[in-house]
Formats: sequence, structure tokens, C-alpha cells
Amino acid sequence: MTRESSPTAVEAQGVTKLFGAEVRALDAVSVAIERGTFFTLLGPSGCGKTTLLRCIAGFETPTAGAILLNGQDITADPPNRRRVNTVFQSYALFPHLTVAQNVAFGLEMLGKPRSEVRATTDRMLALVRLDGLASRLPAALSGGQQQRVALARALAPQPQVLLLDEPLSALDLKLRREMQGELKRLQAETGITFVFVTHDQEEALAMSDRIGVMSGGRLLQVGTPRAIYETPADRFVASFIGESSFVEATAGGGVLTLSTGEVLGRGEGTGPVTVALRPESLRLLPAGQGPRATVEGATYLGTDSTVRVRLADGTPVTLRLPASEPLPSPGTDVALGLPALLRVVAP
Amino acid sequence: MTRDARNAWALAAPALLVLLVGAAGPLLVVALFSVMSQGPYGGVAWPLTLEGWSRILVQRDIFDGTVSINEAHLVIMWRSLWIAAATTVLTLLVGLPTAWFIGTRPPRARTLWLFLVTIPFWTNLLIRTFAIMEVIRNEGLVNTVLMGLGITSEPIQILFTDWATLIGTTYVYLPLMVLPLYAAIDRMDVRLLEAGYDLYASRWGVLRRVILPAIRPGLIAGCVLVFIPALGAYVTPRILGGGTNMMLGNFIELQFGQGRNWPLGAALSMLLLLIVTAALVVLVRATTREERP
Repeated sequence: MTRESSPTAVEAQGVTKLFGAEVRALDAVSVAIERGTFFTLLGPSGCGKTTLLRCIAGFETPTAGAILLNGQDITADPPNRRRVNTVFQSYALFPHLTVAQNVAFGLEMLGKPRSEVRATTDRMLALVRLDGLASRLPAALSGGQQQRVALARALAPQPQVLLLDEPLSALDLKLRREMQGELKRLQAETGITFVFVTHDQEEALAMSDRIGVMSGGRLLQVGTPRAIYETPADRFVASFIGESSFVEATAGGGVLTLSTGEVLGRGEGTGPVTVALRPESLRLLPAGQGPRATVEGATYLGTDSTVRVRLADGTPVTLRLPASEPLPSPGTDVALGLPALLRVVAP
Repeated sequence: MTRDARNAWALAAPALLVLLVGAAGPLLVVALFSVMSQGPYGGVAWPLTLEGWSRILVQRDIFDGTVSINEAHLVIMWRSLWIAAATTVLTLLVGLPTAWFIGTRPPRARTLWLFLVTIPFWTNLLIRTFAIMEVIRNEGLVNTVLMGLGITSEPIQILFTDWATLIGTTYVYLPLMVLPLYAAIDRMDVRLLEAGYDLYASRWGVLRRVILPAIRPGLIAGCVLVFIPALGAYVTPRILGGGTNMMLGNFIELQFGQGRNWPLGAALSMLLLLIVTAALVVLVRATTREERP
């Protein structure tokens, strides 16, 4: 397979990483990341997403499995032989070098001619909009500016894959929003494959072409943001990305039934199942028009309202209603308006 | 003077007094002695003269009064300089890997290793120097092992040579190099190394372009702390170098003692101070220039 014909930029094949005998940071993770896409590894802290990133970068050696770059096995290559660059969480800018010298570092180490190093450095600084600060030292920059230098430094050698290890986590909310747009723009302009690690599901949904959700060292689901949100593979994915209420029901003949005997709605499966309900997919109906529920509380949030109800079997369910609808008072008996087809998830 | 300024002076007064009496005063006395005449039985006498300073370089023949360069003095100065420089280089070569090793241990192990590095300070310098003597003398450990292994048939004469002095100074001043280097390595962000490797630097590239610049304050401190006392070393060359392989420290002592030439001794002391100051200035200049973007 030649470089150009392989649609996969980077691939993990059954990668397992043990720290000591006990800690299984990665458990047989396999994923293929398409060239030129923005791929996000999403999961809570300690889920193994950073370890997977470090395996791709070469800072960790997998206990088992292989890392492929453009179809070639690079598992045994040291970091300096991989055409892969990292934007570190702490930026890790060289404090003794100026902004321009930081950006030029990788190009110099690759032995590029001086004129090319200069030209590329200038181009990268313009790309991240830091043209005027080339001769500053990193200590004289704000957090957001340091972030941009780290990006320019990692992009300058034109890596096959750019790895970003929670690069926005140190920024305040406003700056983070701004940098999210900036990262998307950079990815589109350079066409470089981005592998982005974050624990922020909103960030992942907003930026990614595809998302890989991780938990406990396993890759649970890979898909587009829409697929991940609308058809979560299991209970963890459904609860980690967006909000979900979970209802235990019994499935049979395409119908889901609550333990109280009430019919919840249509859905697949047989025997006991878990149903995931998104708050914005639910409505409040007058009592008698659906499964019985009692209002427990309601909160007005400006753009919308949150209503907490309890089903007859005692399961709590959260709804999100348009702000224009009047808030029901606690204790009111209502019925739950459900989507036509219910989503059954693995427990 | 405001109350704050008065308080500041009052608080600084004890330290200033000690410096005045303990450092500035004696320094002035030595400077004065260096431009006085040689007393008949040691000591100094009037009138003022530059004889002491000139005797550093030239000698006057007792019989015919001809003036010539005193090569013996030049040899002593050269020996002091090269031994101090070589000591600095050797302690750096040994100290950097040592400090790196300690700095990369887990925190609890580090304390133990640092403790081991400082243990020599607990023992008197003389005793440590005699211990080295025991190791390198003709019937000592090194020669016994070398001869036992058949590497040499006769003992190698190390003791009472410049090499013995160099071994001694390197051993004695090694902790002064290790400790500041360790402090600098400990402060360094290890992620910088990963960033270096990530950006295609080889191991050598990371050492040269990332580690050494990052720990430069420690490097400078270590070199200063070793070079300056090594230049004026007294005990080590006296014992390990034998009576004849003098360094500046021994030579100065000789002038104030048996030599009974206090002006020459004082001039040599001032010269030592000037060399050290010059070395410091060069070092500071060199490093601040590099820091400019």
C-alpha cells in the first residue's frame, strides 16, 4: 500500500498498555483514523485517551498491538523518527528560545535549509496570527498566545498527523471558544489529520468529524458527532455525551413495558432492557395521554426550562422544555410524551 | 531619612559590619601590603614600592643584578590555572550524569542519593585527602589492583604529581558541582524533553538544544563554585602534590612563611582575586549575551 492510496492516516491495532502488572491503561484498542479528518478521543480523565495519544507519538510503547502511520508499522520507532507532532497540554515551549526559534526548532532538526526554515516559520506565525511577536520569549506571552505558538511549532514540520493533548483545558471559557474555531480553521486550511484529546463532550461535538468515546481503557464507540449523540452504543456513552435519563423496561414484540405494566412505547429487543431518554426529546402531556408521571421540580434557565418528573415505577426522568411553556408546579400529575421509537442501549 | 529607610539600615547593619571588618578591611590591608617594602625578618616596611608586584614575574640576580623572567613563578601560575580548569571540566563530566541520575529518581530515592552526595562534607578535608593518598600511593589500592591484574609490573607513580592534585581537587569539589546541577535539573520541565524528541531532535540534539540551555544557571553556578576554590586550593596540592608541585595557594603561604616576602605574598593574593573576578566577568558576559534574542 503506498502512502497516497491509503485512506487511513493513523491506525491502532489491538493496542494494550499495562503500567506495572495491575493498571491496564489501554485494553485492545483498535481504531483507524481517516486522512485529513478532525478526530477526537473523548472520555473522562483516566480513560486511557492520553495514553493512546502518547503511544501514537512514541512516548509510550504499547505492551501489545501495533501503531500504523500511513499503513506502515511505526510501533518500534522513537518519537523523533515519526512524522507526527504533539501539542502538549502544558504547551512545553522551550523557555530559552524566542517564539520564532520555538517554531523553527522542528524544521532545523529535520535539517531544512535556512531559507526554508525562515519562510515556513514566518508562514506558520502568520497562520496562527502571531506575526508581531516572533522575537518574544514564551514567558512574555499570555496563555492563549503560548497556545498558538505551540500549535505553530507542531504544525511547522508538516506532520502526517497532529496530536493535541487537551490543549484548550488551561484556557478560560471565552478563549477556549475562540480557539475551538481557530483549530477547526487550521485543520481545514492545512488538511493535516488532527487527533484531539478532550474530556469536554461539548468541545468534541462542536469540533470533530468523528469521535471515539473511551472509558476504562476501552474504545466504546466511534462515529460522527450526530451518530454518537443520537444512537449511543451503551449506557456510558448515552450518559457521558449529552444528558440522558435511563428507564428499565421489558421488551417483547416490539413493545417496551414498564414494571408497573404501563406501555412505554415502541422499541426493539427482548427481555429486560434499558431505555435512554434525551431530555429535549420528551414532552409533558395532560395526565392520561401516556405513561403516568409526577412533577418533582422545575427550573427556568432563560433559553429553556428543566423539569424533573418521576415515573410511576419511581424512575427519575429529566425533560427540557422551551422557555415559552409555563412551568408545571411540583406534585402535578402529568403524562410523559415520548418519541415514536425508543432507543434501547446496552447496560 | 524616612523611618523605613532607617529601619532597613538598622537591619542590614550587623551584616554590613561583618563584611566591613571581615572582608573589606583585610582586603585593604592585603592591598596595602602588596605595595610596601619587604621587612628584614618578614613583615612589611616603608616606603611604598611596586617591588612585590614585579617579583611575581621577574627576578633580580643576587650577584650581578641582571633582571630576568622568573619561570618558576610562571610554572606555578600555569599549574594553578590548568588544574583549576581541568577540575571544573572533570567535575562537570562526572557531575552532570550524576545529577541527572539523581534528578530522575523517584522523590524518596532522591533524598537518599542527595544525602550520599553530601556525606563527604561530614568528614574533615585533611582526612579525606589522606584517604585519597592511601588509594593512589605506590603500595595503595589502585597500584595493588593494577599489578595484581598484571596490567603493570611496577607501581605507577601518581602520588606527588600534578595528577594526584587533580584527582584530589576533582574528588573534593565534585559535590559543589552536583548540587547546583541537581537543583537546575529538578526545576526543569521534563515535558521539554518530550517536546524535543517530538520535534525530531536526536538524543544528542535534545541534550545540546534543550537540556543544557534549560539547566544553564546550574551549570554556571557549578563551574563558579568549583573553579574559584580549585584555583586557590591549598591542602590538596600540599599533601597529594608533595611539597614541590605548588599551586598559588601554597606559593602565597610560602611567601608569608619561610619566604618572608610579605609584599610578594600580598601581590599574589591580589592577583588571585583579579583572576577570579576576571573569570566571573567573562562568564557573566558570555551568558547574558546568549540570553539576548
